[in-house]
Amino acid sequence: MALLEVENLRIELTTRDGVAPVIDDLSFSLEAGETLSFVGESGCGKSMTALAIMGLLPDKIGRVARGAIRFDGEDLTKASNARLRDIRGNDISMIFQEPMTSLNPVFTIGEQIAEVLREHQGLSRKAAWDQAIELLDAVRIPNAKGRVGDYPFQMSGGQRQRAMIAIALACRPKILIADEPTTALDVTVQAQIFDLLRDLRRQTGTSIIMITHDMGAVAEMAERMIVMYAGRQAEIGPVEQIIDHARHPYTQGLISCVPHIQKELTEDRPELVEVPGIVPSLRDFGQDRCLFASRCKHLTQQCLDKRPPHREFPGGQIADCWHAEAL
Amino acid sequence: MTDAPLIPEEETPKAQHPFMEAWGMFRRNHAAVVALAVLLVICFVAIFGPWLYPTDPFEMVWAPFSPPGENGFLLGTDYLGRDLLAMIINGAKVSLLIGLAAALVSIFIGVTIGALAGFYRGLVEEILMRITEFFQVLPTLLFSMVIVALFGASLPMITLAIGIVSWTAVARITRSEFLRIRELEYVMAARASGVQNARLMFGVILPNALPPIIVQSALMVGSAILFEAGLSFLGLTDPNVVSWGQIIGSNRQYILDASYTVTIPGLAIFVTVLAISLVGDGLNDALNPKLRSR
Repeated sequence: MALLEVENLRIELTTRDGVAPVIDDLSFSLEAGETLSFVGESGCGKSMTALAIMGLLPDKIGRVARGAIRFDGEDLTKASNARLRDIRGNDISMIFQEPMTSLNPVFTIGEQIAEVLREHQGLSRKAAWDQAIELLDAVRIPNAKGRVGDYPFQMSGGQRQRAMIAIALACRPKILIADEPTTALDVTVQAQIFDLLRDLRRQTGTSIIMITHDMGAVAEMAERMIVMYAGRQAEIGPVEQIIDHARHPYTQGLISCVPHIQKELTEDRPELVEVPGIVPSLRDFGQDRCLFASRCKHLTQQCLDKRPPHREFPGGQIADCWHAEAL
Repeated sequence: MTDAPLIPEEETPKAQHPFMEAWGMFRRNHAAVVALAVLLVICFVAIFGPWLYPTDPFEMVWAPFSPPGENGFLLGTDYLGRDLLAMIINGAKVSLLIGLAAALVSIFIGVTIGALAGFYRGLVEEILMRITEFFQVLPTLLFSMVIVALFGASLPMITLAIGIVSWTAVARITRSEFLRIRELEYVMAARASGVQNARLMFGVILPNALPPIIVQSALMVGSAILFEAGLSFLGLTDPNVVSWGQIIGSNRQYILDASYTVTIPGLAIFVTVLAISLVGDGLNDALNPKLRSR
């Protein structure tokens, strides 16, 4: 059994124009120790999926309409609030995009790490503080003993993200959800954070769900990836296989958007290619057709008439496209 | 020298502790610093005055209406021949105490209601804010007079009455801060690490909402002192203790013959409330992040 199994998940948001499915029929699984990457443009439902797993969908606006999120066999969509609180930060934890704003400015880093340890593991004040120093050391903050009493404003962006990772990993969670962990950071710092996450995963065996729109990061970090488009899964599969041969036109578009500094410009790769058009608005999400159709060069009548099914290929690759075989 | 690393280790940025930074900002407001000094003197007088100047404020020590500076009485005597200086000194304690206690009562009520409304939103917010508005439209002096008249003019009841009529501003400020802060990422991050609602409210959001609440509270101490003076001027006061408002109230018939009996306690109230307001203003400079960069 996989550590996390998401089955036919449908999440609805109540908007001014009515109810819109921000996640529609999403199924995937995450094995222990695996890194899974979510890719896609902004507004594709990547972060919503993460929040749904954490049980943190916006109050009264978002709800799980159908499907199941099974963690260790337990359906989180049916779990009580108290149970979810227990799981959050302990079994599943999350780091956010903006390290500048995701730490509480009025408490020291050490207090914030110790807080989580005391809440979930019942450590004493002293033991939690000592562990906080160890954790800061583990995320490679130099002079951890001296920095543990620092306030977030005394740290740089990279250090804050390290501190966030320390908080998230404090209770040795089984799953770490990283929502665009490096988008707000310098390129050099990005590489350091990826290194750190990779090493920590090796040491602790934590599974990682990484949400990003950076294909480079995916190739570097993850074993498998899910390409999301307009709340639906466009393509799922092993990272290498998909980069090698993507079977969904949207995935192909995303891959050709990545700049290669050293690659020479050739006939079939003349310049950077963009995916024309924009993501459809929320109000169009529920329609029974391919939502990528308006931006697709392989468009046929079939794409506009009916929603494409999940088509499976060898190696665990699944693509939602009427023309997947031909691509 | 051999031990020194080639590249110096990354140094902690020399950022000040938030408290020191706030003090640095406060110090720039000269009026507030002077006011703080005045306030400290008043507090000193209130605490140690009765001991340093042990004349009983209720005792008739001389003929009535001895002008200030004559017959050995620095501030003169009132219409019953009581020493006005002793009354002012003893009244300071009562006025400050009522001011502080009433402010605490209204902060307690206001912060609780504002926090619940801002955190839970929806129906809870709707009900609590309607209650707040109900208290806002009540004529405050009249309402507190009714409370004191009904339940007796003891010091605790007067304090409670002032607190009950003046918490609305705190509730509204607290709610607005909660509405702003609850959407910030570190609150989401705290949720994501499994923090409970009560802790989220008072352990995560409230500490970040404090600066404007502190400023408002400081100003409220001043207005509570004024309020108490108003009530005791109208006779709604504990007759067994002296307060500044009471001195004015009991001497008001003689305002034309012996104006100093009214002017001196009035000045005491004026100086104290002004000092508190200026300190509140300084706190605003010190704690308001929007003014930091100036």
